Amino acid sequence: MAVVVMCAYAIVASLLGVRKQSTQLVTSARRALVAAAGFSALSVAALLALFLADDFRFQYVASYSAAALPWYYKVSALWAGNDGSLLFWTFLMLVFAAACAIQRKNDELMPHVVATLGGVILFFAYMNYWVCNPFGQLAEITAAGPIPFTPRDGNGLNPLLQHPIMAIHPPILYTGYVGFVIPFAFCVAALWTRRLDAAWIANTRRWTLVAWFFLGSGILLGGRWAYVELGWGGYWGWDPVENAALMPWLTGTAFLHSVMIQERKGMLKIWNAGLVIVTYLLCVFGTFLTRSGIVSSVHAFASSEFAWRFLVFIIIAAALSAALLITRIKDLRTENELEAVVSRESGFLFNNLLLLAACFAVFWGTLFPVLSEAIQGEQITVGAPFFNRVNVPLGLALLLMTGVGPLLAWRRSSVDSLKRNFTVPLLSGLAAAALLFAFGMRHPYAILCFAMSAFVVVTISTEFHRGVRARRAHRGGTYATALVDLVQRNTRRYGGYIVHFGIVLLFVGFAGNAFNKDVIADLNRGESTSIGPWKVTLQDLPGGETPVYDWLGAQLLLSKNDEPVGIFQPRRQFDKATGQATSEVRRHATFQEDIYLVFSGVTEDGRATVHVYRNPLVRWVWIGALVMFLGTVLTLLPNRSPVRRAETVAADRGAALEAV
Amino acid sequence: MAVRKAKFFVGGGLFLTALVGLLITGVEEGKAYYQTVGELQAMGPRAEGRRVRVAGDVVPGTIASEGEGRVRFEIEHEGSRLAVLYTGREPLPDTLVDRAQAVAEGHLLQDGSFEANHVQAKCASKYDAAYDETKTDPAPATPAGRQATN
Repeated sequence: MAVVVMCAYAIVASLLGVRKQSTQLVTSARRALVAAAGFSALSVAALLALFLADDFRFQYVASYSAAALPWYYKVSALWAGNDGSLLFWTFLMLVFAAACAIQRKNDELMPHVVATLGGVILFFAYMNYWVCNPFGQLAEITAAGPIPFTPRDGNGLNPLLQHPIMAIHPPILYTGYVGFVIPFAFCVAALWTRRLDAAWIANTRRWTLVAWFFLGSGILLGGRWAYVELGWGGYWGWDPVENAALMPWLTGTAFLHSVMIQERKGMLKIWNAGLVIVTYLLCVFGTFLTRSGIVSSVHAFASSEFAWRFLVFIIIAAALSAALLITRIKDLRTENELEAVVSRESGFLFNNLLLLAACFAVFWGTLFPVLSEAIQGEQITVGAPFFNRVNVPLGLALLLMTGVGPLLAWRRSSVDSLKRNFTVPLLSGLAAAALLFAFGMRHPYAILCFAMSAFVVVTISTEFHRGVRARRAHRGGTYATALVDLVQRNTRRYGGYIVHFGIVLLFVGFAGNAFNKDVIADLNRGESTSIGPWKVTLQDLPGGETPVYDWLGAQLLLSKNDEPVGIFQPRRQFDKATGQATSEVRRHATFQEDIYLVFSGVTEDGRATVHVYRNPLVRWVWIGALVMFLGTVLTLLPNRSPVRRAETVAADRGAALEAV
Repeated sequence: MAVRKAKFFVGGGLFLTALVGLLITGVEEGKAYYQTVGELQAMGPRAEGRRVRVAGDVVPGTIASEGEGRVRFEIEHEGSRLAVLYTGREPLPDTLVDRAQAVAEGHLLQDGSFEANHVQAKCASKYDAAYDETKTDPAPATPAGRQATN
């Protein structure tokens, strides 16, 4: 088995080693990447087969699987541990690389793109084979040397990971992480060959969006998993692992925005190249952070001594990229200057600054223990209060920019156009704030957040409305057909607006956190506890067992204003294979709020400890995620009738004129 | 031109100042010193009022629920023991069991015990499930080669 893996990687290594400038060799190097992807698929399939066959001779299988697991969790056990997940990671990266290499375009950049991809993947293949090989067999050390040894059953999969979301969250997140390798490779290739126009950016726009999309979905799915499975009533804890994924997402978002300036105006070239490089390095850094144990985390990773290799890789990659960037600085000179303080360009710039500031704050907070130990000799951690303190205002400013940005004209915005564009949205925002205040809301950040959400929603709908009106004036038809037509003609722009709308919904959900309430109560049968209009009554304490676990439940009657809503049964489960207890929470979710019920155990005198959370607006986080998902898919669709560049420019001029 | 540049610099400067201010106040608000049980106890009265994260292994048999989510347990690190009273709002992690590695965040009380409002515990982990030898039938085994170190 291991031989197959070795073959695959030896082939990649050798073929990439010989790549030179001849077309034939370039073609063969491209094919080598595809072949490597094939071999990598084979090794993943082999590991998968071992899992499905319950082959416990292999240490990795024995550590993360058990015969009694259903087949889908045996599949997901593949990435439950360090070695397998890294193998899978390499496989995904190769899928991206191969998909990119088989495209018959970008001939000038491709040799260097392939070389960069080869170099990066070589590192991961090295890790897979020599450092974290998941194909190690168990053996008993005896006086006569090691004797192969097969346990009767495996250790089983951590019960917390036995959840449908956990079966798809890691692959999606990994896809996001590895996807950024393509823009990175194109960026390096462009720097290398000094072909620094917007071509490399145009070529990688879809790749970047795909990676960004998967990374964002992965993060949100992780939040969803934490919410429904971990039983602490929240979905985001500023844990180092969460932060590790958030950082490249933030810089990736910044990049998606600032590329528009480069495409349009040939500005910010150094900035964009830097962003792509930083984003990819943060992806690898995330892997390092997750696996190195340099910061403690609820995800509890081992302090493994292999992880320093990641750091070496990051440092080498960073040094090489920086060297490339510096030697090419002359070729990256901007084609235009910023013309006015109030303009679309500076709006984008401010948005970038905010995203980068947020990323820096997350980075700073995550690494604060390491930094403080290095500088002061004392390890100081900063928890959630730090991250909220810094990122809530930054996030709100970003939300505001979501609404302001699209209303600013390119080059400069006149006072008249500002008045015209901002009056209605601004008034809507203020009205929302006044209304909330009148209804007794006093939380400043929450009021600000809701007011800005109203502002942004009005600006987005205005943009749609304007477009539709222009379209109907031009071509007639009903409002609905004109709307569909409009979106199909410029999926990038209107898809983007829909993503923005999703962001607004996310923020509405986040703002709900300001009003979270909870109560803990020890209940005898028939006793109840209440939170606002909700009442929870303990009816019974049932128990039972399945082949995989024993369980104890609290049967609770939930009622609102004394009207029964339903019977819920949060449980404690005790996994038979690992002995670990997990809480199975139950939720009553509405658009207004979630009632989140946790059964934390039984006290010594036999009362059930029940924890009731009242979390307003949480559902909007998931709805916002869905809207972002749809918006991004729309953005990825090609425009129905590709508009020629000149036409777009003319159309934009028209729109600008109309706006002025 | 010069005026415009100046505007950008002033704006950038204000932005940076605000960011640094936020970072500093944020750190002040959220910081907690990471100390071992021994270090914390050696500090004595000086440790009072200081927000601390302290790590140790849960002493088997010491976890006792006082009801309403309050839980007492003891942790041990290199021979020093610390009695912890958990008073936080979140349910304790399911991973907090006998012998688990726990990190308690809170402050030292005058009687030398520790009041924690946040507890993390490590045991069965995604990247840390060392092969459990107790579950195997044949004689004690050691995973061979470098895999043993993962």
